[in-house]
Amino acid sequence: MLEEVVKRELRSIVGDTFFHDDLESLVTHSYDGTPMQQALPDGVIYPGSTEEVAAVMKVLNRHRIPLVSRGSGTNLCGGTVPVHGGIVMVMHRMNRILDVDLDNLTATVQPGIITKEFITHIENLGLFYPPDPSSMAISTIGGNIAECSGGLRGLKYGTTKDYVIGLEAVLANGEIIRTGGKLMKDVAGYDLTKLLVGSEGTLAVITEATLKLIPPPKYKKTMLAMYKDIYGAARSVSSIIKSQIIPATLEFMDNPTIRVVDDFAKLGLPLDMEAILLIEQDGEMEMVERDIEVIVSICQSENAARVEVAESAEHAMKLMTARRSAFTALARLRPTTILEDATVPRSRIADMVLEINRIAQKYNVQICTFGHAGDGNLHPTATTDARDQDEVHRVEAAFEEIFEAAIRLGGTITGEHGVGMVKAPYLEWKVGSAGIEMMRGIKMAFDPHNLLNPGKLFAKESRKRVVIDHG
Amino acid sequence: MAKTELRSNSLPTALGLSGAVPACSPMAYTLKQTLDYDQLTNCMRCGFCLPACPTFRETGVEAESPRGRIALMKAVVDGIMEPNAQFETQMNHCLGCRACEPACPADVKYGQLIEQARDAVEKHTDSHRWWIKLARKVAFKGVFPYQNRVRMVGGALRFYQQSGLQSFARNAGLMKLFPAHMRDMEKILPEASDKGVVETIGTWHPAKGEKIATVGLFRGCIMDILFTETNINTVRLLNAAGFDVVIPASQNCCGALHAHSGEQFGAKELAKRNIRAFMEAGVDWIISNAGGCGALLVDYGHLLHDEPEWKADAAWFASRTVDISKILVDQGNLPQSFGKTAEGHATKITYQESCHLRNVMRSSDAPRNLIRRVEGTEFVELFEADRCCGSAGIYNLTHPEMAGSILEHKMEHVKKTQAHVLLTSNPGCLLQMKHGIEKHGMSHEMQAMHVVDFLYSQLK
Repeated sequence: MLEEVVKRELRSIVGDTFFHDDLESLVTHSYDGTPMQQALPDGVIYPGSTEEVAAVMKVLNRHRIPLVSRGSGTNLCGGTVPVHGGIVMVMHRMNRILDVDLDNLTATVQPGIITKEFITHIENLGLFYPPDPSSMAISTIGGNIAECSGGLRGLKYGTTKDYVIGLEAVLANGEIIRTGGKLMKDVAGYDLTKLLVGSEGTLAVITEATLKLIPPPKYKKTMLAMYKDIYGAARSVSSIIKSQIIPATLEFMDNPTIRVVDDFAKLGLPLDMEAILLIEQDGEMEMVERDIEVIVSICQSENAARVEVAESAEHAMKLMTARRSAFTALARLRPTTILEDATVPRSRIADMVLEINRIAQKYNVQICTFGHAGDGNLHPTATTDARDQDEVHRVEAAFEEIFEAAIRLGGTITGEHGVGMVKAPYLEWKVGSAGIEMMRGIKMAFDPHNLLNPGKLFAKESRKRVVIDHG
Repeated sequence: MAKTELRSNSLPTALGLSGAVPACSPMAYTLKQTLDYDQLTNCMRCGFCLPACPTFRETGVEAESPRGRIALMKAVVDGIMEPNAQFETQMNHCLGCRACEPACPADVKYGQLIEQARDAVEKHTDSHRWWIKLARKVAFKGVFPYQNRVRMVGGALRFYQQSGLQSFARNAGLMKLFPAHMRDMEKILPEASDKGVVETIGTWHPAKGEKIATVGLFRGCIMDILFTETNINTVRLLNAAGFDVVIPASQNCCGALHAHSGEQFGAKELAKRNIRAFMEAGVDWIISNAGGCGALLVDYGHLLHDEPEWKADAAWFASRTVDISKILVDQGNLPQSFGKTAEGHATKITYQESCHLRNVMRSSDAPRNLIRRVEGTEFVELFEADRCCGSAGIYNLTHPEMAGSILEHKMEHVKKTQAHVLLTSNPGCLLQMKHGIEKHGMSHEMQAMHVVDFLYSQLK
């Protein structure tokens, strides 16, 4: 509960329309895209400018009230669930494109702009902003920056961090900092820009971002490789990379995923296949044609049952859009879908797929796998029912073992979804206790009173890692 | 992985409402009984529905989105919140356009949830003012269930329009007594009729040429008194395309207005009468020319799912209901191109989709396919044609502000098409588009028509 004086102060900054503490507002800001996580905030605020954010932060700092800043609340790690209550700050009103600099090929935006709207605007100007998380039709650039979102084009073009070159952010004490700029080189001190990208709202509130734009590829070709053998598909991924071809997109979907995606998107996907690879290459026409030819022959030598090239750009786009629905579409099988994004070196994709299926069998749970195989980032997704506690515990145990397997294969517990609440107990497995301590130190330097998105990244207690020896 | 405690299992406690959840109110109890918890759970809060939702787009407020509304319903069932006045308002603020359904990869039946919520709310609400209560009672129980009474309303309206009463009311400034949005609607209301399609042309109309199938026309209630001509043209089009048409006289209102307003019981009774009427008529297909009605007709299976003796017949009815455009494209025998070539420049045509035709009956391409067959015209795609125009049944009368602001955005896009003819496939949308055209002073350069009327005028 907020004291009246705090509410008064907050209302005087943003106006009555943009501060709410009624139950309806609290309930509708108690969750994000993560299953089984919910906690009520004490208030919801919609700032309209950096100055308002700073003023709000000063009030909250004075009263030691936590703040969770968010965009559309679509993250998958419990990153914006207000577990310690406090204020949820929704950035939707700050949604302007401030500047597109065609001389420097940069765009400066406010954090609340919807990613897809930004991308469309940029593409209409003949430029390209590659990060394309599956949620981009509703997620915001600010949210993408906070989580360092990836997407389907990550393996060739990198992720959000590779395109953020300057930030404006409000610190926990209400001070405003600016980092980087329209600069392709800048080594003036620690790279605070990169530090804030992916910091999950725990270090500062991002209020403006300068993004790098690139010229769009001139030509694209999209294809599907279909397999009766799931490991053939996984092996193809490693073989393609090994032959030094980096496709723009290299996506993997197993049979249950193919089925639900087709049920939603009605694209006539091959339901009799155990796995498909959705592959796109872009660039100069000659190079694309040559790469696709090589990829086709690699897929065939890994026993692809069928290889098809998309008939039109429109069809290719439909395939990509359909793939983006995979996670949610899996909810057609069972009501609760819990997905993870364990990531391994690209050469170990086939090993990881084997591990996931072994673990699913061991714990008697259904795990469907799809993901950005080309960058080693798989999305094993358990389809379950939150009301079945016993099964949910088995799912938890299975994922624990999947994390363990990923790390054993030289990978990480999360490739692009972030740590948030749900992976906090495993962070130490990846970064070690010295790593955790270092991160805690950084957090203390930015946010000494632990007001910014508390309860995330750092677990009260790390899980004990049981290393299983498979001989 | 959800390693932190599983909050859903002990929600009120986890949310800091430790143990002291108040005994639930009668409305909360009804909501718990009515709402389908599986559907509530199926929403996994991915947020894909948000950009599709008109009220979210207008307000940017989570509670005004399908994800938000489902979260509110679930919060009531989970005992996190009591359904208060704000809850009621929010449930009624949804347009019911169901654009969130095709956008939902998880296949959550939002339309069913919102109707269940409204039904539960309506059972307990005492917030309606007395005259709304009276109007609801008269309309839902006294008029719509009886086609002859609907026609009497049509007759009264016709009398008003033709007796000089309308011009008297307008001249004497009587219309000023009504709110602006009602005045606007009064202006664009077409000439009403006390004779529906059956009274005008009879019940049986054989196919021209070789017969493909026997179809039954669902004439609708509003449709039949305000757009009798469209019903007649529908019959003529079907005949021309090779269908025998029968119009069962004992059919009545589809029940959509009831279902969308929390009057499930009334809707069910109407559904049963319609099922009986069309079964007795021995038709192969039931043809709807109003997306709003059609969407409920194809939902009869769900509407009557808890009445075992009706299950099979309702499923038959639902699976046999099809939109006029769809059957013409899929089975009809219309020429691949027809119509008169216009003198000089081509007539520009654009199309505003009916939400329920698109989102529930899932027919989006068929009307466009037919429109493109008309020679001497140029089809211009309307930007965001798939978005609600704000009409939404009687929403534009009950929520004029939201409907008005949605219409304004729609008209911006309509203007850009520079079309001469704006086609729609539902009477409510048609009236709203006429209203928009009138309001923006565009009636000299653009007219709104039902797809059927346009096609038939070109085929004649």
